[in-house]
Amino acid sequence: MSLAEGWEMVVGLEVHTELKTATKMFCGCANAFGAEANTHVCPVCLGLPGSLPVLNVRAVDLAMAIGLALHSTIASSTFHRKNYFYPDMPKDFQISQYDLPINSGGYLDLPDGSRVSIERAHLEEDTGKSTHLGGSGRIHGADRSLVDYNRSGVPLVEIVSGPDIRSSAQARLYAAELRGILIATGASDGRMEEGSMRIDANVSVRQVGQPLGTRCEVKNLNSLRSLHRAIDFEAARQFELIEGGGVVRQETRHWDEQLGQTSTMRTKEEADDYRYFREPDLVDLIPDEAWQERIRGTLGVMPAERRATLRARLTSPTSSQLDALDVVVVLGFDDYVLAAIDAQVDTSLAMARAANELASDVEHISNLTPDAFAITLKMEQDGELSATQAKTVLLELLAHGGEPRDIAKKKGFEQLSSGALGDTVSELIAQHPDEWARYRDGDDKLVQFFIGEVMKLTNGQANGKAVVAELQARR
Amino acid sequence: MKSARQIVSDVQSGASSAEAEVTSSLEAIRSKNDELNVFLFVDEVGALDAARSVDERVAKGESVGALAGVPIALKDNLCQRGVPTTAGSRILKGWLPPYNATVIDRLLAAGAVPMGKTNMDEFAMGSSTETSAYGPTRNPLDPTRVPGGSSGGSAAAVAAEMTPLALGSDTGGSIRQPAALCGLVGLKPTYGLVSRYGLIAFSSSLDQIGPLATNAADAALLLEVIAGHDPMDSTSLPESAPLLLAHLDDGVEGKRVGLVRELVEGAEEEVVASVNRAVEALRDAGAVIVELSVPEFRLGLSAYYLIAPAEASSNLARYDGVRYGLRVDAEDVAAMNEATRTLGFGAEVKRRIMLGTYALSAGYYDAYYGQALKVRTQMIDAFRRAYQQVDLLVGATTPTVAFKFGAKTSNPMAMYLSDVYTIPTNLAGDAAISVPFGTGESQLPVGVQLLGPGRSEAQLLAAARVLELADGRP
Amino acid sequence: MASPLRREDVAKVAKLARLTLSEAELDLFTEQLGQVLEHAKDIAALNLEGVVATAHPFGLINVVRDDVLRANLSREDVLAMAPDAEDGRFAVPRIIGEAP
Repeated sequence: MSLAEGWEMVVGLEVHTELKTATKMFCGCANAFGAEANTHVCPVCLGLPGSLPVLNVRAVDLAMAIGLALHSTIASSTFHRKNYFYPDMPKDFQISQYDLPINSGGYLDLPDGSRVSIERAHLEEDTGKSTHLGGSGRIHGADRSLVDYNRSGVPLVEIVSGPDIRSSAQARLYAAELRGILIATGASDGRMEEGSMRIDANVSVRQVGQPLGTRCEVKNLNSLRSLHRAIDFEAARQFELIEGGGVVRQETRHWDEQLGQTSTMRTKEEADDYRYFREPDLVDLIPDEAWQERIRGTLGVMPAERRATLRARLTSPTSSQLDALDVVVVLGFDDYVLAAIDAQVDTSLAMARAANELASDVEHISNLTPDAFAITLKMEQDGELSATQAKTVLLELLAHGGEPRDIAKKKGFEQLSSGALGDTVSELIAQHPDEWARYRDGDDKLVQFFIGEVMKLTNGQANGKAVVAELQARR
Repeated sequence: MKSARQIVSDVQSGASSAEAEVTSSLEAIRSKNDELNVFLFVDEVGALDAARSVDERVAKGESVGALAGVPIALKDNLCQRGVPTTAGSRILKGWLPPYNATVIDRLLAAGAVPMGKTNMDEFAMGSSTETSAYGPTRNPLDPTRVPGGSSGGSAAAVAAEMTPLALGSDTGGSIRQPAALCGLVGLKPTYGLVSRYGLIAFSSSLDQIGPLATNAADAALLLEVIAGHDPMDSTSLPESAPLLLAHLDDGVEGKRVGLVRELVEGAEEEVVASVNRAVEALRDAGAVIVELSVPEFRLGLSAYYLIAPAEASSNLARYDGVRYGLRVDAEDVAAMNEATRTLGFGAEVKRRIMLGTYALSAGYYDAYYGQALKVRTQMIDAFRRAYQQVDLLVGATTPTVAFKFGAKTSNPMAMYLSDVYTIPTNLAGDAAISVPFGTGESQLPVGVQLLGPGRSEAQLLAAARVLELADGRP
Repeated sequence: MASPLRREDVAKVAKLARLTLSEAELDLFTEQLGQVLEHAKDIAALNLEGVVATAHPFGLINVVRDDVLRANLSREDVLAMAPDAEDGRFAVPRIIGEAP
């Protein structure tokens, strides 16, 4: 989507990610998703009178890892209180970082060659979650709300980009690349649908070369697709408003995925004054060189490098293979593909199975080893398994782990012996004399018919190539 | 009333039992609480249970701890599991904490017997216990006068001989000033020496829990039990509890003591007279007295009355009617918050919340709160310079003896001035102790204040011991 | 004496702090808070450029805890305190406005 000639959109993204720690930011309650309401709370994360916060060292380690992966500067930092009233905030203030964040500066290079600057990536605690009763389940029109504090106190890192993004496509690339990095550092599992990664977009429009226009913050973006659509909508909305002689009002807008539009959230009478001041219950955080070095040592390989490694193994990749490459790297499946390629599996097949079958069950990937993946695909390639069978084996491995050959055997995916195949073909020739005659006379289309019939009779156990060879031999 | 040390000795030797001591304490409480309004809650059942379990351990020959069988009164801003804890406020009426403050766990481990929760100025904001939502506490030495605040109930409990020990909290003088007005020893420890986990927060960077007792040795005993690193409090000093009793009789021979002009200016005549006599006593005991001026101390009041309300305005935001305590229903949650807080908080608390909110707000932060934080740095530096010349400082604890009810309530500033000598120590995070020395008008006690650098509790208690001996209290 | 604080300031601050003041209280507090701020002029007037606020008076830094589970509160204990609860959650009247 593009605005009128000479106009551009200016977008900055704020990404909040929950950190993959065992416990919360300031207390020893479990950092777990999906538990029964209010079962992972204690005096600290409930903000009971007399409670005090104590910082989780792993949250600091992960925040530093994120900073290093984004080429930021790690500095001495303090915590601040951000004061406002809201029922999902047990203390009615949030412990966050203000003018001295742990990470500042940095950048992210995107696969399209562009670079987006990072302003900061700081630590803060998450709030509880409210559900709204009555009305549509959204906040407007609700009669009352119910609050669960399990999520209260979960460690977050907020990553703020510079206003460097110029299109929704670029925004999507940024979000995907950032997610890949967050997963690669072990800091996050990047699940937007579960809320462990949340994105807000700051959008404005302007004529190229002019100062920045007034921006609006767009919230409730629960997927990369929403991000894309919302940014396009909002930029267009602002542009049309200005074209029509109107003025963009600085406000926060809510994206509605169903209706495909942003709308004003109820504006407050006056801007929030958060009265930031240094958190007196915590002390300064000064990570020395040794600590930073230790984190640097645990960093691992970032998506850009992994993409390059995999790319180098693909000879003359097609554009669909390149698309698959991004998916594979973002999902962390490059090790699987590389293992398969090392076992002499065709790169197309390896990429396809990774981008499709593995991607369909990301949750359980740890049940499948790269080795088992390679073996399965080799069996398919060698004709020991049909495509259908290979996919079945992969899904079984994902669900329950195991050994590919054992699974194939258990499922009766025995290679159909050439003798059995020959008998089956003979039987079919006898049953379908007209079709056989036409095939013998040169009608190649009937190959598919015979393959289909062979599959029916053998419960899909025949190897397609072997059937074709058998038919040709008897022509 | 027996001293705490005597009780421990008797209980451990079998000369007495914890149950007997606690029963005696309960009788004293019963006989005077209605008149004096010291305890908001008396935990008769819990106390007797705890006492019996101490006696069982003694009978079995098991060790029972440094405070075995000693009845102790707890200021009502200390969270005790299952025991009503109100912080002197209506907004927490009926609230039962589901956990213990660290200091309470340590008391229990040492065999002490918590007797109940004492009255206090609401959320520790006050110097007379007159802002409590549950009525004022009367000074046991003269029931027409205040016991001081905000730990007025705790001081009264000891002064009325209900318990030999009490815990209070001190943010701008709230242990020391009531100690002075009730004739007790009261100590504010170095910031971080005693864990704040479970202390209902007023001003996080200033609050400390400390002992109230009739003598220095008992205060030392109690402080040894509650002090020391706590992993649940990030501001807690890393070391374990210091040895205090062992140094109690160190004396002050050769110590340099600074008499600070700014810690006596504006005090009533008899208070000044007591301070001067105390200085003589220290000199007689071998101390070298130096006269000092620390003009930065005069800035303390202003800095304190910006920093403390600012932190309090944030610490008290959580009282919003959502999760515990009072709730006044309304159409929407913001209106509910407002109705709840308006009914639940008293005038002084509202005043300080608004003052603090203002001092932090956009446009005013630099001039007020930001400036006050810098003054605090100057205060710390001023103390450090003073302690290059002397080991301890001496002055008055508070400008007057116990005053009549209502004497200072019409004008907030008048009440705030009660804290002028105690505030600087809180701002610096150092330690200070109030020791009774002499009496003023109507034979009411005067408190003399000794101040020391961070971690100087042993020195302070030793000097306090010298004074109490000189004052005829062996 | 003119208060350094205006009535509107106090009204605004009361709203921020979720407190309702009567007209009489508004007047009283404007005067009383004004007195405190008037007294605080002594520090407002100081030139403290270059002076840095102190974090912890004894210089504590890097106080952290290991990422290890600790016993939490039972749901019964948690909800027992609640003024209103439903379905294991704290119930509140409707919320107007999204979170900032």
